Amino acid sequence: MKIIIAIAYLLSSVLFILGLMSLCSPKTARRGNLLAMIAMLIAIVATLINNEIVDFTFIIIGLIIGSTIGVTAARKVSMTAMPQMVALFNGLGGGSSAFVALAEYYRLTGGLKFNVSISMIISLFVGAVTLTGSLIAFGKLQGIIKSAPVVFKAQRFLNLLIFTLFLIAGIIFIINPANNAYLLAILAIAMILGILLVIPIGGADMPVVISLLNSCSGLAAAATGFVLSNNILIICGALVGASGVILTRIMCNAMNRSIPNIIFGAVGATSKNINKDDNRKVITYTEEDASMILEIAQTVIVIPGYGLAVAQAQFALQELVKTLIDMGINVRYAIHPVAGRMPGHMNVLLAEANVSYDLLSDLGDINNDFQNTDVALVVGANDVVNPSARADKNSPLYGMPILNADKAKTVIICKRSLSPGFSGVDNELFYQKKTMMVFGDAKDSINNLIKLLKT
Amino acid sequence: MIDPLLVALYIFVLAIFVGFETITKVPPLLHTPLMSGTNAMSGITLVGALISAGAGHSVLSTLLGTLAVVIATINVVGGFLVTDRMLEMFKKNKGKG
Repeated sequence: MKIIIAIAYLLSSVLFILGLMSLCSPKTARRGNLLAMIAMLIAIVATLINNEIVDFTFIIIGLIIGSTIGVTAARKVSMTAMPQMVALFNGLGGGSSAFVALAEYYRLTGGLKFNVSISMIISLFVGAVTLTGSLIAFGKLQGIIKSAPVVFKAQRFLNLLIFTLFLIAGIIFIINPANNAYLLAILAIAMILGILLVIPIGGADMPVVISLLNSCSGLAAAATGFVLSNNILIICGALVGASGVILTRIMCNAMNRSIPNIIFGAVGATSKNINKDDNRKVITYTEEDASMILEIAQTVIVIPGYGLAVAQAQFALQELVKTLIDMGINVRYAIHPVAGRMPGHMNVLLAEANVSYDLLSDLGDINNDFQNTDVALVVGANDVVNPSARADKNSPLYGMPILNADKAKTVIICKRSLSPGFSGVDNELFYQKKTMMVFGDAKDSINNLIKLLKT
Repeated sequence: MIDPLLVALYIFVLAIFVGFETITKVPPLLHTPLMSGTNAMSGITLVGALISAGAGHSVLSTLLGTLAVVIATINVVGGFLVTDRMLEMFKKNKGKG
């Protein structure tokens, strides 16, 4: 029996890896997800034939409740709400790992081997931090909790103190694993720490936090795998952990921030207006002006930002682009890595609006094309096209990779107001001669443009 | 015979490398489905939860296990389905915009 289970787990691991490999192309991605589903099913069925399981009542109840909630949530969630959904699921995965580690403690009772108690502590700690941290991230993204950073005096000191308490409790538990009080203390400490670590992080940094928590939920699963000596948990956990680390790194690079800077920095709350020069004037244009420029253009690059999603203007934008393409204009979308609330979020929002994925280009692929482009149409984006990131060493954005919208012959910016982006930095692109500012709600402006172009 | 812990450590480290190699090839276009898909994969801890819930050792153990089964199942089922929903939307239809 044990051999059958082991072989099933091996098969499952192979299918998981093949599934991830298929995610490299949008053509095969859906099949890849299906492979991962089959892999999960194999792992579950193989576990159920394990002769350690004597009573199926609670298993069946748990599976039914969980599936019902899971199916409902997956069907109902809107694509704009995807980040909080992923955050919530992350937390549940982490929490589950922590509870399994705890249940395993009560099953084994006392006499733990040194390595098991260490894995147990790690699984419990990482899992519980992931659980409460993700719940806070969910609350912030959903708008239940204020998304602005919550900062108070001696915050770092408090976090350090709590972490030290965790280390002490951990060491005592390893010395005397028979006393469960310390294990419960670790659980409580980790849950508090999860809350404290995410509360000071602002809404704009959420992509990094979600990626980091994604990684943590994987590592918690891997640690639980060490507790149970279960290879499928270790392999799967390691794959997820690696994925989270890669996405975190990509997000950090795209925002020009480091992980310690995000966790301990709590910026974004203050607004700094460097180089404030009152001689500069913004020239406001109307939609008529913009439509005339678009009509005579041959190449257009659209730069969507999160403001587009806030205004729910994805479908209108798709219609505008379709109109332009029908007029024989070459139109593409340029997607900045942080154009959304989680890695790749903007791509999903545009895919939902029936935008063909071959029109979507990454920053690296399209950035050299701006100089040969007639119009860069910026909708609801700000920091990701701020030229000061390239040139101004005093700017907080300096060094962040940006889309070179300013290299296009004309820049049309649809924006609600002149207010600065998340970084709080003024955008000099707004004041340039080639820039046409069209103020107003993105959806209304785009719909007006469509009407004007069609007449 | 090598210590089972060491074997587990070997597996862990090698799997991390496989993860890095595979996932760096995923284009930014698919990063959100990647994240929700791997998210569902982290629900593999369900396998451990099933044993805790069904081994019938103590009430507390069974209770914790059942709770873990519920939340891990939400993670797995919801995660995979929502990923599928997203991937279904990624289409290539030339000229349609």
